[in-house]
Amino acid sequence: MGSLAYREDLEEENSAFTWEVKANSRAYNNQFKKSFLCWQRQKHKSNVINTAKYNVFSFLPLNLYEQFCRISNLYFLLIIILQGFPEISTLPWFTLFAPLVCLLVIRATRDLVDDIGRHRSDRLINNRPCQILVGKSFLWKKWANLCVGDVVCLHRDNIVPADLLLLASTEPSSLCYVETADIDGETNLKFRQAPLVTHLQLTSVRSMASFRGKVVCEEPSSRLHHFVGCLDWDGRKHPLDSGNILLRGCRVRNTDTCYGMVIYAGFDTKIMKNCGRIRLKRTKIDRLVNRLVVLIFVSLVLVSMALSLGFWFKVTEFKARHYYVSSRYLYSVAAETFFIFWGFLILLSVMVPMAMFIMVEFIYLGNSMFINWDVEMYYAPQDQPARARSTSLNDQLGQVQYVFSDKTGTLTQNIMTFKKCCIGGVTYGPDEEEDTPHKENPYLWNEFADGKLLYQNAALLGAVRDNEDKTVREFWRLLAICHTVMVQEEDRQLVYQAASPDEEALVTAARNFGYVFVARTQDSITVLELGEKRVYKVLAMMDFNSIRKRMSVLVRSPEGSIYLYTKGADVVIFERLHKRGVKEWATEEALASFAEQTLRTLCLAYKQVGEDAYEEWRQRHQEASVLLQNRAHALHQVYEDMEQDLQLLGATAIEDRLQDGVCDTIKCLKQGNIKVWVLTGDKQETAVNIGFACQLLSENMLILEEKEILRILEAYWETDNSAPRGKGRRKHLFLPRVKVAMVISGELLDHLLLSLRKEPRALVHNVNEDGDASWQEPDAQTEDVQQDRRLSLMWRILGVQLRATVTPQVTGSSSSTSESPEVRRERAFVELASQCQAVICCRVTPKQKASIVALVKKYQRVVTLAIGDGANDINMIKTADIGVGLAGQEGLQAVQNSDYVLAQFCFLKRLLLVHGRWSYMRVCKFLRYFIYKTAASMMVQIWFSFYNGFSAQPLYEGWFLALFNLLYSTLPILYIGLFEQDVSAEQSLELPELYIAGQKDELFNYWVFLQALAHGTVTSLVNFFVPLWVSHDSAGPVSFSDYQSFAVVVAMSGLLSITMEVVLAIRYWTALSVLAVFLSLLFYVLATSLSQSLWLFQISPKTFPFLYADRNVLSRPSILLVVLLNVSLNTLPTLALRVICQALKKAGPKEREEAPSEEVAAVEPGPYPQRGSRGRRSSYAFSHREGYADLITQGTSLRKAPALGGDVLGARAGTPEPEPGARESLRPRANTWAPGRRRPPPQDPASAEDAPSPGAPEARPSGSRREPPPAGQEDREAPWKAPFASWRSWSSGWRQRLQGPRRRAASLPGPSPAPAARPPPPGGPRAPAESVPRRGRRCPRCSGRGSPGTGHPRARPSPNAGLCAPRSPIKRGAPPLGLLSAPRVPEPGPASAWGPKHRRLGQGLPSTPRPRSWGLRELSSRDTARSPR
Amino acid sequence: MTWSATARGAHQPDNTAFTQQRLPAWQPLLSASIALPLFFCAGLAFIGLGLGLFYSSYGIKELEYDYTGNPGTGNCSACALADQDRAPPLRCSCAWYFSLPELFPGPVYLYYELTNFYQNNRRYSVSRDDTQLSGLPSALLHPANECAPYQRRASGLPIAPCGAIANSLFNDSFSLWHQRQPGGPYVEVPLDRTGIAWWTDCHVKFRNPPLVNGSLALAFQGTAPPPNWPRPVYELSPDPNNTGFINQDFVVWMRTAALPTFRKLYARIRQGNYSTGLPRGTYLVNITYNYPVRAFGGHKLIVFSNISWMGGKNPFLGIAYLVVGSLCILMGFVMLVVYIRYQDQNDEDEDAE
Repeated sequence: MGSLAYREDLEEENSAFTWEVKANSRAYNNQFKKSFLCWQRQKHKSNVINTAKYNVFSFLPLNLYEQFCRISNLYFLLIIILQGFPEISTLPWFTLFAPLVCLLVIRATRDLVDDIGRHRSDRLINNRPCQILVGKSFLWKKWANLCVGDVVCLHRDNIVPADLLLLASTEPSSLCYVETADIDGETNLKFRQAPLVTHLQLTSVRSMASFRGKVVCEEPSSRLHHFVGCLDWDGRKHPLDSGNILLRGCRVRNTDTCYGMVIYAGFDTKIMKNCGRIRLKRTKIDRLVNRLVVLIFVSLVLVSMALSLGFWFKVTEFKARHYYVSSRYLYSVAAETFFIFWGFLILLSVMVPMAMFIMVEFIYLGNSMFINWDVEMYYAPQDQPARARSTSLNDQLGQVQYVFSDKTGTLTQNIMTFKKCCIGGVTYGPDEEEDTPHKENPYLWNEFADGKLLYQNAALLGAVRDNEDKTVREFWRLLAICHTVMVQEEDRQLVYQAASPDEEALVTAARNFGYVFVARTQDSITVLELGEKRVYKVLAMMDFNSIRKRMSVLVRSPEGSIYLYTKGADVVIFERLHKRGVKEWATEEALASFAEQTLRTLCLAYKQVGEDAYEEWRQRHQEASVLLQNRAHALHQVYEDMEQDLQLLGATAIEDRLQDGVCDTIKCLKQGNIKVWVLTGDKQETAVNIGFACQLLSENMLILEEKEILRILEAYWETDNSAPRGKGRRKHLFLPRVKVAMVISGELLDHLLLSLRKEPRALVHNVNEDGDASWQEPDAQTEDVQQDRRLSLMWRILGVQLRATVTPQVTGSSSSTSESPEVRRERAFVELASQCQAVICCRVTPKQKASIVALVKKYQRVVTLAIGDGANDINMIKTADIGVGLAGQEGLQAVQNSDYVLAQFCFLKRLLLVHGRWSYMRVCKFLRYFIYKTAASMMVQIWFSFYNGFSAQPLYEGWFLALFNLLYSTLPILYIGLFEQDVSAEQSLELPELYIAGQKDELFNYWVFLQALAHGTVTSLVNFFVPLWVSHDSAGPVSFSDYQSFAVVVAMSGLLSITMEVVLAIRYWTALSVLAVFLSLLFYVLATSLSQSLWLFQISPKTFPFLYADRNVLSRPSILLVVLLNVSLNTLPTLALRVICQALKKAGPKEREEAPSEEVAAVEPGPYPQRGSRGRRSSYAFSHREGYADLITQGTSLRKAPALGGDVLGARAGTPEPEPGARESLRPRANTWAPGRRRPPPQDPASAEDAPSPGAPEARPSGSRREPPPAGQEDREAPWKAPFASWRSWSSGWRQRLQGPRRRAASLPGPSPAPAARPPPPGGPRAPAESVPRRGRRCPRCSGRGSPGTGHPRARPSPNAGLCAPRSPIKRGAPPLGLLSAPRVPEPGPASAWGPKHRRLGQGLPSTPRPRSWGLRELSSRDTARSPR
Repeated sequence: MTWSATARGAHQPDNTAFTQQRLPAWQPLLSASIALPLFFCAGLAFIGLGLGLFYSSYGIKELEYDYTGNPGTGNCSACALADQDRAPPLRCSCAWYFSLPELFPGPVYLYYELTNFYQNNRRYSVSRDDTQLSGLPSALLHPANECAPYQRRASGLPIAPCGAIANSLFNDSFSLWHQRQPGGPYVEVPLDRTGIAWWTDCHVKFRNPPLVNGSLALAFQGTAPPPNWPRPVYELSPDPNNTGFINQDFVVWMRTAALPTFRKLYARIRQGNYSTGLPRGTYLVNITYNYPVRAFGGHKLIVFSNISWMGGKNPFLGIAYLVVGSLCILMGFVMLVVYIRYQDQNDEDEDAE
């Protein structure tokens, strides 16, 4: 999605409004013509889709044209044409013609089959039914009959046939819910809304039929999320935007019927405009082969020239002295030499492996089929086999060195499951293995249980039902109360909509345990506690943000007492506990063990608040929340005051479930020397946690973070700038034993990689960082000192290590001095990163993902593979050499842009280690053998030239040449390319080390090529000269001194030598290989006896001159002895070499095997600073977004009366007139759809930092484009209309809009009229949250999934937005002091916040005196090292 | 999609040995235990074969005489001198005398050998018309263009047989005379001029055009002989089965040689008293010297040779087999050494483990 956004940002908005469509008026619409020269056509395309390339008539010419666009085909065509000149025609016409025709026919057949498929699918699509308004009624027609301007009726689950303007629907306010999975890959529902005017007036079919509105809009474009136009009806103009448009390919959901008017049809639709051409990816081998072919061709030209030179001398002699032939040389010596050059070129053109190209295609195709067929990559639950969408990258799969993986949905299932909890120091784990089926659901007593909770603990359940333990009660109560989840009733079932899956998991767990969160209003929460309905009055909600790392709710219980419920990261909570007792220690122990199992943990605490204290606090809160400046900071302080002296309740542990086999896969890949980088939009803690969970990171790794990275790179800088020194020392200073991992955030990346951004922002970044750090972590400074010491040690080590590897390359290249600083910086970073065992990039935008891949590609020159499932991975998938899309629930867009489709991450192992390795090995073996074969069989032509006066006489019979590559030698080699296995699949998986050969290009490179060429040359020499010497002396009836016999003997020897070679090369003998060898020899026998038969000779003696040659020659034993001699001379040495090599190799693997074990043993904690496992505990369960606390407390999205929102959606409000408020509340959403910068800048510059009034002011900027709604009124009245499905969507979208709204908000006048509105905590972009619910449409462009992958990073519209952020308000003219700090994106956010904190814990600084945690940490670190979870 | 162990997903791939790449296979390991015996056996076999070949080649007698007639090399010099101006003098004869001290065992073959004669020159070797030679009457009068400039005479008559190869037909002739006792009369040794070409050539590939009125001459009416030929093609031999396109000298010549130095069979000696070989005595080869070779620096040789089961005298093949055989054995030993060495190492490794 990022790519789209990016592209669209770049696009100039220069489209004029020249596209006119009038409803129900085909005549009017047809009058528009587009003329090109003298040729006119309808401007508006019909809805017929024709993706096929050819039709019956155009197939032959077009296909031939396409084929001859290939350079190799053109070359052969040229040669064949040249052959037409008798002067230079050295080969019979059919020798090159037959193979070329075969080749063309094969390719054409393939294209034809493809095209027939396309025709078929086109027809299927064009014939889909839809209802079109004809006259006064809707008739069923085909999609193809649809025209621009038609009014269409769609029903639930229909697919939208063209780009429609939504006119009306049966839903209230003419909303229409669509699923855009086929367009942008997002599965969540989005809604579109009809323009008000049509919604009001087009209420019946009759009114539709008389509808004559005219839409004026832009010409069709590919911008999926962009539409601007207006509806001209009854003399009034009504603005339209993309919120009114149903795009072709969407699916109508949850809407009974909707009506739309076709604006763009057929190829004009956005989706069709977006069907970009597939970028052709070429593999390394492909490129190498192309270079080699050019090389071969060039050397052929050279050889031809050399041979022509020989001819130059010979021809003078021929002309002068060889009377018997002199009359045949009529031209001058120079002319004859010129002719013979071309003659040689034709003769030697058989050495250009033409058949290789077509065979390679077959091999690729076959290997792709095997991938598709692999049962072990078939994922039954989704009925999803692996699929190779690109058939030309298979060999590259065997060379991958870097795997870039998305996290959410790729490594993880993105399913949070409640796994364990610790209540009052007692840990309750799951009773049994979760997989074992239970006899009965223990939650049956609870009518609200959803029955899906896998966590079962009888003891806990008993404790809950007994309802005696206060801690247990409060624990579950907290989970039911302290959250920002929205609830909705669907089919008499509660459905929770949460900002993060973690929260949903917790609330659901509480629900199953009998604490059912039933309803929420602006200021109350209704909970069914073990059947008893209790309504809590919410006094305050202190929402989560990334700095607070906790969330609190202040409620008044039905009994009247006030409670504060807090949940948050353990560190944060433990700091604020009232006392520390046994319970606390036990909980901490439990937390450590949870962390060890890489569960996401949360601490729960509560306290009772006295009435007085509350009153006093309330006032301060009130004051703080109306502050004009520094409100966020002030509020933070107020919250801080309240959240003290807590009582610990316990802890929860949530499992972010990894996909099956992820650990194993990553381990395997690492063993195969494949580096796995995780690129995620998620925050650092989560990413690191997952890193540990999937064993990408381990306890004995040195994890480089922001500061270390900077230091090292700076160190590198310094040394690089000064002269490189101490070359000799480098070797032993290189420390391969240190396992290093890198965790880097998107912001730092931006900072590091200058080329990724347009303007220098280092300065601003630093200011930001310092500013934030100073108030947010009071003790950060002191820590820095500690850290510095540690760092200095580390960067010395690593700096040297880096230098050791980097500098030789940098200084070694002549360009080192001319390298720009950017290049050097990038190179340094990539070098450092590639030294690391694991790299985790968190909070990266889709564009950054692609940039990282591109960087690695650029500086490491390796094969990269990107794997992801969401739309945010598309960029990366397209950039990488190989893109793998996971076909998950996330829609199809990643899949549609990928080269390979898998269902699960773990299949990657098989794809790479088995299929990739095989493919690579097969292709390499194929190429090596093919080159050998060509050289061995065709080089004899050159040798023969020396004996025939350089007269370019071909040695072989024309038919042998023609069929040699087609029939005689094809099948075995095809067998190698398709079926060869050096080791079995199981062995490939067991020994990932075997994969390394592919990464090093060991199996096919220039050296192998030369070897093959040399081997072929030797074979050809033997095949030529042995018969030559033998034939010298013999004569007579049994001789083969005549040309034909000689040719037969050489050809026979060549063929048999090659066949013997292939027999030796095949390591995997099956019936097929025997058949292949047998068939190819059989073909030789049959074809030869046919072409040398009397029958054909009589038809054309000239074409078949070798009458009975083979039969005569090969019936003589002495000649057979010569052939035997040739074959054994060629075969035995290679056989001996193979045996010897094999014997030598046997010792090899043994040595190699020892290496890894040594490495493992060598990891000594030693002087390298260890991260405590405790650090990982901070992976609290919140996602990095805030909750909806503001929305809830301000009530913008909720009805005031507690109602179980189910009915809101109800049937179509038969009234065409909804409450105006409802309409308007939805309006802004539609408007904010467009990119932020399209919005008009705020008219009134003002100073308030946060928009205190969530409703009115917010509506203004967007609403200003249409009639401004009655301000302020709607947000109070607006019921929560949007379907809850959209919760998810806007939740992920809101971050992205933070920037814009905040800016606007900042400039709005006046203090907040709404007392409940609290300013956001500083640094946390919270303010815009207020605007979100009403503008709750998610921006589909950048919200890849409901996943964190895009959420936060996209808060910055572009990578340099973080930089611009503080500036822009200044530009806007009203910079109150607070602005500089407040709206800042939390730059140092988790990245730095995490680091210091956990370092502190890990090092046991005095500030956190937890003696026992030491022991725990050590224990856990040892345990994790030993046993994976 | 519901899925159970029995129900198959719509897209589930077939679980066959072929699609899963699990075809029953044999993965031969080139272990030393296979390779070593193979090499030793092959080596021994090749040495045996080489010895056989060598001795059979050794037993073959060959007698050759260069009658090119370079100055001072014999009595063909005169003819050779006359040859200088490229117009071969008619009926220049010379002779080669030799004596055999013992029986030259039969069957004896008589070859002529030309050197530096590029019959394999492309321009030369394509200059023929196989259609014409296969006896098609239509082709007889319409020789192929490849034959040019020996396609038609200046008079416009088509040349039969056309082309440079036919035109340059070797036209020296030899007769062999035997003197049993010194001073005795020379008796002509009968030379069998048939059976010197491939049977398929002179019975299938080369056919005379259908006789016209029982006469071959009439069949060739309307054609002209090649410029260098003194006689038309139907007069190549008085034997009606050996004249025209199926004349065996002609057929042998038309089967072009692969290399610039080549031998072609001229005759077999297998009749009468000479069926067992040439008895001892003095011989005279009477050479009709027609064919010019000195212009291009070639040589003409006359060769008597007998033949064994593996052809003519050919020591190379035997030697080659001997060499390959010994190499095999050598390689076998090398492999043995390597094998033993690494076998030990492996064993040690295993022991160590």
